Amino acid sequence: MLKDSDRIFTNLYGWQSFGLEAARKRGDWDGTKEILAKGREWIIEEMKTSGMRGRGGAGFPTGLKWSFMPKDSGKPHYLVVNADEGEPGTCKDRDMMRYDPHKLVEGCLIASFAIGAHACYIYIRGEFMEEANNLQIAIDEAYDAGLLGKNACGSGWDMDIYIHRGMGAYICGEETALIESLEGKKGQPRNKPPFPAGAGLYSCPTTVNNVETIAAVPTILRRGGAWFAGIGRPKNVGTKVFCISGHVNQPCNVEEEMGIPLKELIERHAGGVRGGWDNLLAIIPGGSSTPMIPRDVCDTVLMDFDALKDVRSGLGTAAVIVMDKSTDLVKAIARLSKFYMHESCGQCTPCREGTGWMWRVMERLARGNARVEEIDMLLDVSKEIEGHTICAHGDAAAWPIQGLMRHFRPVVEQRIADFHAHRMAAE
Amino acid sequence: MSASVGIADNGPEQPKEFAFTPENLEKAKAVIAKYPSNRQQSAVMPLLDLAQRQSGGWLPRVAMDVVADMLSMPRIKAYEVATFYSMYNLKPVGKHFVQVCTTTPCWLVGSEGVVNACKKHLGIGLGETTADGKFTLVEVECLGACVNAPMAQINDDYYEDLNPENTVALLQALADGKPVKVGSQTGRRGSQAASGPTSLHAFAKAAGVES
Repeated sequence: MLKDSDRIFTNLYGWQSFGLEAARKRGDWDGTKEILAKGREWIIEEMKTSGMRGRGGAGFPTGLKWSFMPKDSGKPHYLVVNADEGEPGTCKDRDMMRYDPHKLVEGCLIASFAIGAHACYIYIRGEFMEEANNLQIAIDEAYDAGLLGKNACGSGWDMDIYIHRGMGAYICGEETALIESLEGKKGQPRNKPPFPAGAGLYSCPTTVNNVETIAAVPTILRRGGAWFAGIGRPKNVGTKVFCISGHVNQPCNVEEEMGIPLKELIERHAGGVRGGWDNLLAIIPGGSSTPMIPRDVCDTVLMDFDALKDVRSGLGTAAVIVMDKSTDLVKAIARLSKFYMHESCGQCTPCREGTGWMWRVMERLARGNARVEEIDMLLDVSKEIEGHTICAHGDAAAWPIQGLMRHFRPVVEQRIADFHAHRMAAE
Repeated sequence: MSASVGIADNGPEQPKEFAFTPENLEKAKAVIAKYPSNRQQSAVMPLLDLAQRQSGGWLPRVAMDVVADMLSMPRIKAYEVATFYSMYNLKPVGKHFVQVCTTTPCWLVGSEGVVNACKKHLGIGLGETTADGKFTLVEVECLGACVNAPMAQINDDYYEDLNPENTVALLQALADGKPVKVGSQTGRRGSQAASGPTSLHAFAKAAGVES
């Protein structure tokens, strides 16, 4: 178990004030000027040393991403923070912003400095009003204290941070859709390349990072990249905030070490599965897009990028959705299919048409009103959507269905058989 | 695609005029100043939101025109934005805009019961408004408070750890104009385990959360 002294988000539950004075007592804004004085290269190298992989879902190495930013582009550079948290199951960035916003604000300054940006936009989902309000208060406090603005922290670096509220579109969590939205347009993803580091916001070099990634940066740099890299397993290091929801006795968010066994995570922090571990049916381990894993896999799997990839799922946002034996898994996934249909931006045909088609088939499968061959047809169609769209929304819609069929196909077949038997009996 | 309230019908009666109040005009200028001077279209989302708030929770077409003109952008581009994002309401909504999350994490722990309690108590279906104009009820996709599921958003506030009983009590208090508690309806602090902290015990003790 992670030691409290190694936890970054010490006010995750809002026990203390989120304001500047309390934040300073928790260690925020300590020696920021000295960190900046070590220079851009040092910061990026230290982030590479830390082994931090982006906390937004894809797990791309943060230091490497920052190193892609050009040195002398002659254009303004931007840091954009992705606070458009909306992956079903995920509610971690929310708590960092409403209860510990100074970590994010300080991280924005350091990260912006490292990538040569004088302006940072935090794109927060529009529904998060309390979170946006607290974050704005923290930003204002930082300006008033000379930590932001001209000569931020006395570093000689000018820094402005702005909040931009989204207005209800899951797709804006995709980084290029987010940039389009920030430019005042419909949030429809762009083709890559060009990647944001080359041409992002206003066609300028841009880095997009998740809230948790940026908020962890100041602590990592204060304690050293080696400290962060020493927690967890190789290539899967550091601390991570997990969100545990669904059929557990005590749903909660908790910061733990990367690679903690899933079973330990649930039993130690979430009060165990409702009705006991033997009552577990399946878990969606990393937010709605990641394929579910059945109980026998849950027994031993570790919660990190590579361990979950090895069982054909993913860490995603580390949002653990627990489903006990009372769960109608077909309905659970059909509801996710509806979500992906609702949130498709409509740009690419396979996703726009395919998500609706898959939802309609899933609804029939949930009732059993289908033919067994349609399961294969559904899987075929899901493969035609996966990898054939501009962004990963199509993939994200396909994976939950593939996960269901991979592990619980007999349940779906039985549902169909029961439906037809019942119909025959009625006739 | 994101389906905003009202997009599917022929639309409500539209007001003929819209102008920002002097106070909101100042707010609008402050918003525009957040973006580079030649990139003022970036302000379209916050300005449409401001217009919606001034208009009592929905966005009339003329307000979109005013915002587009202010930002020197084609009006059609403002319409595109207003119809793409689910938080813009294209027809009037009740004083209390009740949005119940029914995505899987909420569904697993009883969002159906919460929706049914709302329907029964308010006497309306999804997408409908009560005759007195006090409540509009809709079902929404994940609002990102899954550890405190089931949950609903009413206007700007989140109400969490819902069940049919506390949902009805909440709706009744709102109808009666009584003060309500925002956040968890079971008294839980944030997203910590209801049974008490499982980590950070020294901090919990210092904050008086744990003895």
